[in-house]
Amino acid sequence: MAPILQLDSISKRFGAVVVADGLDLMVPQGEALGVIGPNGAGKTSLFGMITGTLPQDGGRVLFAGEDLAGLSPAMRCRRGVARSFQVPQPFGGMSVFENLLVAAEFGRADRSGDLTTACAEILERCGLINQANRPAGSLTLLQRKRLELARALASRPQLLLLDEVAGGLTEEECHALVGLVRDVKETGVTIIWIEHIVHALVAVVDRLVVLHGGAFIADGEPREVIRRPQVMEIYMGIPADA
Amino acid sequence: MSGAFTITRGTRVSRILAVGAFAALAALACAPLWAQASSLNLLTQIFAYVALATMWNLLAGFSGLVSVGQQAYVGIGGYALFALTIVGGLHPLVALVAAGVIGGLIAIPVAGLLFRLRGAYFAIGSWVVAEVFRLLASQISSLGGGSGTSLPARIVTGMADGRQAREFMIYWTGLALVMVVLGLTILLLRSRWGLALRAIHHNELAARSNGVEVTRIKLLVYVVAGFGTAMAGALIFLQKLRISPDAAFSVNDWTAFVIFMAVIGGVGRIEGPIIGAILFFFLRQALSDLGSVYLMMLGLVAIVIMLRAPRGVAGWVADRFGFEPVPLERRLASSKPNIESKPESAHV
Repeated sequence: MAPILQLDSISKRFGAVVVADGLDLMVPQGEALGVIGPNGAGKTSLFGMITGTLPQDGGRVLFAGEDLAGLSPAMRCRRGVARSFQVPQPFGGMSVFENLLVAAEFGRADRSGDLTTACAEILERCGLINQANRPAGSLTLLQRKRLELARALASRPQLLLLDEVAGGLTEEECHALVGLVRDVKETGVTIIWIEHIVHALVAVVDRLVVLHGGAFIADGEPREVIRRPQVMEIYMGIPADA
Repeated sequence: MSGAFTITRGTRVSRILAVGAFAALAALACAPLWAQASSLNLLTQIFAYVALATMWNLLAGFSGLVSVGQQAYVGIGGYALFALTIVGGLHPLVALVAAGVIGGLIAIPVAGLLFRLRGAYFAIGSWVVAEVFRLLASQISSLGGGSGTSLPARIVTGMADGRQAREFMIYWTGLALVMVVLGLTILLLRSRWGLALRAIHHNELAARSNGVEVTRIKLLVYVVAGFGTAMAGALIFLQKLRISPDAAFSVNDWTAFVIFMAVIGGVGRIEGPIIGAILFFFLRQALSDLGSVYLMMLGLVAIVIMLRAPRGVAGWVADRFGFEPVPLERRLASSKPNIESKPESAHV
């Protein structure tokens, strides 16, 4: 199948710190790809370069065959790339419903149809319908994480980038969220998910890549990848000979 | 389930106030029947200032574009009016609308320059641009150069039959202007562009990432403000009948006082500049005998309000009584009873 996203030798450095060292990646349509790696490995920077908030130094990002160079984050969103932020970024003084309405009104390529009902249905799916008219700034952490996901869905993305949506949640909350992401995957949306909570990731994704020092050091079936000694050493801090 | 959800916006208070606003508008429209010429003159000045403060509030309060150079558009509007009537031979009312269009058009290249600057640099840059326009205006010899010019008697008398008809016409023009400016602002803020402006205000990064073209929307607002401010400028100098570069591009008269009104009334609230302008004129009338002490009193009022009610009089009322005269929030309503619908919520 044709890749929906292709990274073609992407590079990025902040001074001496290399966050992307000629990264190549192919993500087929409909795949759920997990990304793990130690802090500072360049995971969030990768999302910045895909969404256009962080310009890369070199290389190309191709989405559905189109080079995204020169397209603003807003234009990329309308092309079908949506993201959630690691630290939730709600429109704090606006209601939960209005948070989604912004994404539906501006983030969709085609905004025909009943956007109000579309947003309300996403809120129902994400378990936020009872908070629809509450200010987003008053939500709990779990609700904010759900809002990040709900708002990203409101722009009706083809590619959904999730940045640590499960971080900071209790086991039970995490479980509920994993179910939600799995439901989104079932609708055919391609997902790239950065997560430190590896068991949550492994429960959903089809494929796992490991980013370290700006390079992919492993790529494959999730359960197999996390058992590789090199991955365990770098990511888990467990020496390979332990 | 489709169609089970709708958007509601009004509140009971806002509907009562809308009726009140229409009653006030009707009373103001009939003012020539009950008010003296001097009161009409004063009301027209208030209308012009409400228009200026509303436009400044749209820029700074709703869009984060803190300009101290809006006198540029007052001057452009005034000079456009004089040029179009004296040189172009247009009727002053036609020229007033055309002056607004000219202000809006000039705002486009100016935005191209100023939008490269952010925050304080944008503010200072906008002032510099206004000074450039002031210097340019003093070079127009056909409009009196640096010393300015008066509107010729033939244009003034040709406006309407008789002095009283002319005074009424200027008064109604002022009322129409303030209605257009307020109406345009409310329509803009309640449209999807207004939703985007609020999103930008609360989180610009998230707005960009969710499809909002931030620069394009700010440009739209800047052009609308240029249009409204230039029309207000044209009205002001139609009333004064005399223009000079220093009067037309005065930072004190057209920006400092305007910011004072918006701040004491309530920045980021539609009713704020209206309340602020009325308070300003009330203070001016009450304190005008005191000479320069009057300005110190204004400063004192501004300091007290900024310390005691930083969101202005309108913001203080809203916080204290949960009072939303012009609700911008879209509330999700459902035939199902499970949506919490306390109106405690969001601030603009």
